[in-house]
Amino acid sequence: MRELHETGPGSPRRVRSRGSRWVVRQVVRFAVSLAALLVASFAMIHLIPGDPVRASLGPAAPIELVQARTAALGLDRSIPEQFLTYTGHVLTGNFGTSFLSGEPVVEIVAARLPNTLALALLATVVALLVAVPLGMWAAVRTENGRNRGTEYAFTTVTGTAVAVPEFLYSIALVTVFAIGLGAFPPAGKAGAASYVLPVLALAIGPIAMIARISRAETLRELGTDYVRLARAKRLPAARLHLRHVLPNTLTATLTLGGLLLSALIAGSVLVEYVFAWPGLGLKIVESITQKDYPVAQGVILVYGAIVLVVNLAVDLALAALDPTSKIREA
Amino acid sequence: MKPRLPRTPAAVAGAVLVAAMVVLAVVGPPIWGADAERIDAAAILQGASAAHPLGTDSLGRDLLARVLVAGRFSLALALAATLIGGLAGIVLGALPSVLPGRPGRLITGAVNALVAFPGLLLAMFTAVVSGLGARGAVLGIGVAIAPGFARLTQTLAATVAGSDYVSAARMLGVSRRRILTGHVLPNIAEPLILQLTQALGGALLGLAGMSFLGLGVQPPSFDWGRLLFDGFARIYVTPEVALGPAAAIALAGIGFNLLGDAMAKAAARTAAAGKASDAAVPPDPGEPDPGAVLEVRDLTVAFPGGVTPVRGLSLTIAPGEIVGLVGESGSGKSLTAAAIGGLVPYPGTVAYGRLLLGGRDVASLSGKELGTALAMVFQDPMASLNPALRVGGQLAEVAIVHQGAGRAEANRRAVDRLGHVHLPDPAARARQHPHELSGGMRQRAVIAMGLMATPRLIIADEPTTALDVTVQRQILRLLREVTEESGAAALFITHDIAVVGELCDRVMVMYAGRVVEELPVRRLAAEAAHPYTRALIASLPDMATDRDKPLASIPGRQPAPSEVGPGCAFADRCALATDRCSAERPPLIPYGEAGRVACWEVK
Repeated sequence: MRELHETGPGSPRRVRSRGSRWVVRQVVRFAVSLAALLVASFAMIHLIPGDPVRASLGPAAPIELVQARTAALGLDRSIPEQFLTYTGHVLTGNFGTSFLSGEPVVEIVAARLPNTLALALLATVVALLVAVPLGMWAAVRTENGRNRGTEYAFTTVTGTAVAVPEFLYSIALVTVFAIGLGAFPPAGKAGAASYVLPVLALAIGPIAMIARISRAETLRELGTDYVRLARAKRLPAARLHLRHVLPNTLTATLTLGGLLLSALIAGSVLVEYVFAWPGLGLKIVESITQKDYPVAQGVILVYGAIVLVVNLAVDLALAALDPTSKIREA
Repeated sequence: MKPRLPRTPAAVAGAVLVAAMVVLAVVGPPIWGADAERIDAAAILQGASAAHPLGTDSLGRDLLARVLVAGRFSLALALAATLIGGLAGIVLGALPSVLPGRPGRLITGAVNALVAFPGLLLAMFTAVVSGLGARGAVLGIGVAIAPGFARLTQTLAATVAGSDYVSAARMLGVSRRRILTGHVLPNIAEPLILQLTQALGGALLGLAGMSFLGLGVQPPSFDWGRLLFDGFARIYVTPEVALGPAAAIALAGIGFNLLGDAMAKAAARTAAAGKASDAAVPPDPGEPDPGAVLEVRDLTVAFPGGVTPVRGLSLTIAPGEIVGLVGESGSGKSLTAAAIGGLVPYPGTVAYGRLLLGGRDVASLSGKELGTALAMVFQDPMASLNPALRVGGQLAEVAIVHQGAGRAEANRRAVDRLGHVHLPDPAARARQHPHELSGGMRQRAVIAMGLMATPRLIIADEPTTALDVTVQRQILRLLREVTEESGAAALFITHDIAVVGELCDRVMVMYAGRVVEELPVRRLAAEAAHPYTRALIASLPDMATDRDKPLASIPGRQPAPSEVGPGCAFADRCALATDRCSAERPPLIPYGEAGRVACWEVK
């Protein structure tokens, strides 16, 4: 809208068509990435040096079994033929079956995906709810270099918290709160209490990171003329900060939060492993160590697709919220 | 010139941690290598004890020794992954600036797509393909790091490629490859090296994560992640065995992060603030003027480091009077306004002998009283309305907060005030966001905001500077109209002495933080006494100005607030200056009818 205003009369249509072109470009980019992901997940099995079926069944397996399994997987046919079959299967929701259990991969994914998404979503919500007020508070307290002590403590604590990986938080939380105090279940998914520690472990790093962004954004806002004018109006602090400052900091913060969600989905792999959480992350680790390639292939494909979908959704939501945003270009 | 690391405790801690890691990697294996491999069947799977502070593993090997020895392998793997990822990324990122057209764009697109993928996914994919083990993990983390490097290289290279000296080289026919190696790479080396340091910490954590999942280093080799993998399996029985590797990984991560932060800060360092200084204690202000709307006596604004942009300023404004405060940028006029409104930014300090608004000390006024009695208008109307909020709401909140009006009543008032400042279709405008209004409309809206209450004083700080000349006129007329109607006084701050003549009743000329002359506007053109005021007036072009001659200007520049000497601040630029002028500061004394001047040469 701002562009529209400043480019003067005659421009609205051009602006709108530029906007819709942008959306089309994002969707095309998404489709291309999805196709590349499909090729990559297909290629995965073929890039494994040697015979994946032999590798999976072990050196002691009888040759007949290996041949039968190879034929069943279609690995004896030509590569283009296999790719077409694979693409057809994926599009119709057939991701193959597990080497080990014979379970269809789709069922494994369907059973476990909600558990992973629940962790990632909860962690994102917790992180935003804690980090945005924390960052704002730190900004207000340390504006223009006052309260150097607070600023120093804030940057040191968040800087340190960002640097510690989530699996260490997981182990520490399990050791202290589950094994030591017995306050929460140490592993597995059983009721609300079992969510607390994994969500916390996933959220600590993002809290530190978003709080830093939120503080930087708030400091920038506090320096603007309209906040100066709002101060000249002698608005109460709460109104000044919540109504005048907060809305202007949210675009950048929420973008980061959205992108964080896709990072959290991946980060949940380690956390799920520590908490034996029945999600996709635990499954991917198991399938890789057990050389259950169809499962690994399917789960990686699903993970990748989720990341792409989340990124596209963040881009489009941001474009709808703030048509002049420059953040999405960065 | 190499930026030096700041000596903050965080930077020092980061440097110490990283240095300790490097030392450990060098001396660890020779010192503790034998202990780490000594199998003791009598002491398997022990918890912490005096002999084994962190316990033993399934073969009875001392875990403390193993943690200390594993440092070298952990660091070496991280280094290898960083180099692989860094090299691949820099090549990928630089290629588009060498390859023309389609292949270049293809690489750019691929990099953009890969950057969006979480590194761990890329790493796991690579690890599956290249097989479980240290080699696969290093390759995987390298692949995970590469897109970030490629993106950074691309961005940096694009910046450099757009610079004048590269354009010049291109004009001279220098080949693309030579431009890349001769111009682009040398100029982007420093940020890339910084990124390498930060990536090294990330690689170390990533590899630890892979090994911890059992996808990285496999026995009999061991790194910290693998030790944590083993320790985690026993966490219910002997949690202390996980402590050593966990602490090592955490400290390494923190060390690299703190060091990276400090290096980034050193690369983009800004000047440090000086030490604090207190504003001088003002002299006794004498008797207050009961008729004045605003009375300021000996106002001083000081900043740390001995910078005093406003020095002993005094002014009085009568009801309905419009006073112009004129001066160059840096003369302290805007800070004077900020001080009256209580808006001097930290760490500035304000001291005054008297600062009365409507006969009461400003410091004793509540937010509500000050918010309604004082209206402020700033220079840039584009910036002084909040882009996220509707125009009407920003006006209405004054009434809601300070006058206890309901939402509907406040909105009605807001529309009424917007109409009052001649904004066409005020009801529709009130519902719009600021970016839908032109600059002049926004400035009207800001003035209307000041009129929501019944202000005693309007402070307008260069309200027309950012506007078109025709719009300036309209805003000036509006200000005049508003003061006449409401009976409010106004302090009008500007660097344009011509505007003062049109709008104001009285003018005060500021120079280097002090008032040098004060006089009624009608006497400004003919009877100004101070050499600075006269120079300002002389520099104004009028219809009689000979257009073949260059415009008159005042030679020299105004001294900065920190470099004002004991004498008259204008002495260096003054044609009349004597020795006395640079040695002794002239006081502001009454001169002519209702005027004051600070100059030794005015008799």
